[in-house]
Amino acid sequence: MRPMPPMPSHESSHTASHTVSRRWFIAGAAGAGVAGATALALSHDAWGRLLAPARSGTSRSLAVGKGILVMVTLYGGNDGLNTVIPYQDSQYLHGRPTLGYQPDQVLPVGDGLAFHPNLKGMKTLWDAKQLAVVRGVGYPNPVLSHFRGMDIWQTASPETPVASGVLGRWLDATGTDPMRAISIGSTLPRLLAGEHSAGTAVSGGSITLPGGTALAPVLASFDAAGPDRTGLAAMVAHSGADLLQVQHTLDDLLNSSAGAGTASPTTQPTKGAKAKAAPKAAPKVAPKAAATDLTSQLDVVAQLIKAGSPTRVYQVSMGGFDNHAQEKDAHARLMTELDTGISGFITSLKDHPAAADVVLMTYSEFGRRVAENLSGGTDHGTAAPLFVAGHGVKGGQFYGAEPSLVDLNDGNLKFTTDFRSVFATMLADVIGVDPKIALNQTFPTLSLI
Amino acid sequence: MVVAEATDPNRANIAHLLRRAGFGAHPDEVDQATRAGYRATVESLLAGLRAPDPAGDAVRLPDLTAARVTLGPLPTDPAARQAYQRQRRALENRQYVALQRWWLDRMIVTSTPLREKLTLLWHGHFATAFQKVRVAGLMYRQNQLFRTLGGASFEALTQAVAKDAAMMLWLDTESNVAGHPNENFARELMELFTLGIGNYSEADVQEAARAFTGWTLSLGNGEFVLNARRHDSGVKTVLGQTGNLDGTDVVTLITRSPASSRFVVAKLWSHLAYPVSTTDPIVGPLAAAYAQDLNITSLLRAILLHPGFTSPTARQGLVKQPIEWVVGLARAFGVDADVKPTGAAAGAAGAAGSAGPATGAAATPRTALSSVLTLLAQEPFNPPSVGGWPQNSYWLNTATSLIRLQFAASLGPRLDLSWLTALPANQRPAELAHRLSVDGWGQTTLAALNHVASQPTALVALALCAPEYILN
Repeated sequence: MRPMPPMPSHESSHTASHTVSRRWFIAGAAGAGVAGATALALSHDAWGRLLAPARSGTSRSLAVGKGILVMVTLYGGNDGLNTVIPYQDSQYLHGRPTLGYQPDQVLPVGDGLAFHPNLKGMKTLWDAKQLAVVRGVGYPNPVLSHFRGMDIWQTASPETPVASGVLGRWLDATGTDPMRAISIGSTLPRLLAGEHSAGTAVSGGSITLPGGTALAPVLASFDAAGPDRTGLAAMVAHSGADLLQVQHTLDDLLNSSAGAGTASPTTQPTKGAKAKAAPKAAPKVAPKAAATDLTSQLDVVAQLIKAGSPTRVYQVSMGGFDNHAQEKDAHARLMTELDTGISGFITSLKDHPAAADVVLMTYSEFGRRVAENLSGGTDHGTAAPLFVAGHGVKGGQFYGAEPSLVDLNDGNLKFTTDFRSVFATMLADVIGVDPKIALNQTFPTLSLI
Repeated sequence: MVVAEATDPNRANIAHLLRRAGFGAHPDEVDQATRAGYRATVESLLAGLRAPDPAGDAVRLPDLTAARVTLGPLPTDPAARQAYQRQRRALENRQYVALQRWWLDRMIVTSTPLREKLTLLWHGHFATAFQKVRVAGLMYRQNQLFRTLGGASFEALTQAVAKDAAMMLWLDTESNVAGHPNENFARELMELFTLGIGNYSEADVQEAARAFTGWTLSLGNGEFVLNARRHDSGVKTVLGQTGNLDGTDVVTLITRSPASSRFVVAKLWSHLAYPVSTTDPIVGPLAAAYAQDLNITSLLRAILLHPGFTSPTARQGLVKQPIEWVVGLARAFGVDADVKPTGAAAGAAGAAGSAGPATGAAATPRTALSSVLTLLAQEPFNPPSVGGWPQNSYWLNTATSLIRLQFAASLGPRLDLSWLTALPANQRPAELAHRLSVDGWGQTTLAALNHVASQPTALVALALCAPEYILN
């Protein structure tokens, strides 16, 4: 069971004075914006004012034309055969008498394949040529462990275990700014962890540092490197220093974008704390939806993109794909969440100048077994299709060959497209770097973008 | 480079032991243990694995009556059915939140800290989540299993876990049927619970899955029951052993294999001292001794008395998990899971027995500590996956850094800090180190603490987020 991504997941408890709303605030003022853990605890004064940091200079925003990659991680092993369904192959329903979908239920996309009935929005993107499918993605000698499997994907190293994530190595090779990669959620996937640099994790609550006059001046020196801070202690300080830098950048960015009249962020004066106590009326980006579902996460990404964040890679995630038992309804719900999230995100960008820069791809640690088990589910499998979406994507077509349902390895599909080719494509054609800095060797790219 | 306090090396070792084999101790307890000596303190911690825990037992267990008992049978009318499901979900969630409070309070006040620590360790090892199980009473039952059998033989523990209702629901054992078996439990049993990846084959997983077919749960009391009609009684081969193996045979076979000894030793060492792989030289001798009887108490003794356990590598080798961070600070400041005084603030934490926190009806559902743990991605009873929680750098990123700082900055006004503010400002950082069971502050931290020493709320916030306290 790999039910959830490593992020908070529970519905909030409700009492009038202890609302834990779990709303996603990026930047914002003190007092009003403290959701989550903090709301429970504090009188407003304890929060003091928004820390007014020493400005980090001019705001840095990303120029139009620079590619932006959005990685959607599906934890648990998504059932590829019930996502892009080989509905015209008799072997499909033969292996899945109860789990399988009938031809009249699915959304055909050609080549004998069809999308899951709940992927209606993505079918629309496909028809608009904004969504492509890469088929049979996997790697040699597949591993059926969730953990090793996800590590293999995130490190792009199937043969030997390595510590650094594939995009972490890109971070290592290209500077120190923690804003280059942002993951939504309170833990950072290995994908974005390098040897000596890491992406930013943005969680619920606000990027508002507490403490007012007492803490503010001292945080920079508190999080400084020092000879007394080595190993893990240095890492503690480093993540604190990164946080300060991220807070400065977002603060600049969201202020200037609000000033420039960008559509998305709504400017609101500080609530709760006395208005005069706030150093300025900080803008607040408050997505409509609460909690941690894919749509909310992608809302945050869309708003950061629209605000011009200097971020080249985003990571969002969904869990719950490990359906060994009673899969059909659970998987259908996940397909709805995936569909709503992805189609809403791509559509929301359509009039933005950066729309064509944004490329979203999904991936999971493995697909699932061709034949269902007697618990009404499927066990761990191997190769699977993945989606690539965006206004600049050559969509409405397939890349890679569809794996056979009869020529199997121990009941599992044989891969046709090496996943490192997909990464190479994203590195070369979205991020715009030589893929070798992250992959250490050359893989053919796909003409997806 | 500790400059805040001239540290007695014996006392520092004892404080380290009490942090790792517990959740940190009050300065008086550390002094007392220092007088008793390191070895005697280890024995006393180990004795706690079987001793009564009056302080922990005084924490009132919430009502965990199963939803189907409270709400009656599922109605047949579709509309009523929907309302029923909503009610059931709400009830389940309330019980889950209450159970979290119970365990957090128990960890805070316990007089047998190693047992609670070991319970937490096994919870992360045999990681089972409420998210799917949905029945708080079963999560409690599994937690008690770790508390009572955690120090016994690993084989006995694993046998009990294999038949534990929460685990059987979590990994689908209860729906595993001969013919097309469900591999979920068999795979994770080998990969995550007993052997580690690379020490079994795909064929072993498939064969072991057959051995667990027909294992199911009684609908009446949720106890394990074998459904012989669904069980595959054919010949199977697991790890080279062939026969009509059932699930119990498989557990026996794999827990007694040499690979399992190295795996279990590496796991415990990694969580108590510093992360190691199964091939680390420190593992071999410990594994050889452990293989004699698979006894966890003996293994814990060997680890805690090992020179490597107090080595500089070990001293710098672990980040506090969020649960350790919040329980540690609650113990230090004498507050419960809601950051309300436990009534023991003035005395030693271990003496909190009669003043166990009241978790009465008026209590708000989710405690302060539960909420911050949700944000920090370590909810008790709800690990993110069957792999449990990763260690160290997993807990260090911009998001957790912010959440810790926000929470720590919120604490000051809720705490009784008179013991701190009674002192001149220049003595406060050292006193806080003493209270938090930290050996002392490095110069970078100390400079920042001195800067805010006259403002207790800021001082406490920085101290709790300093590397010296974040590390365990």
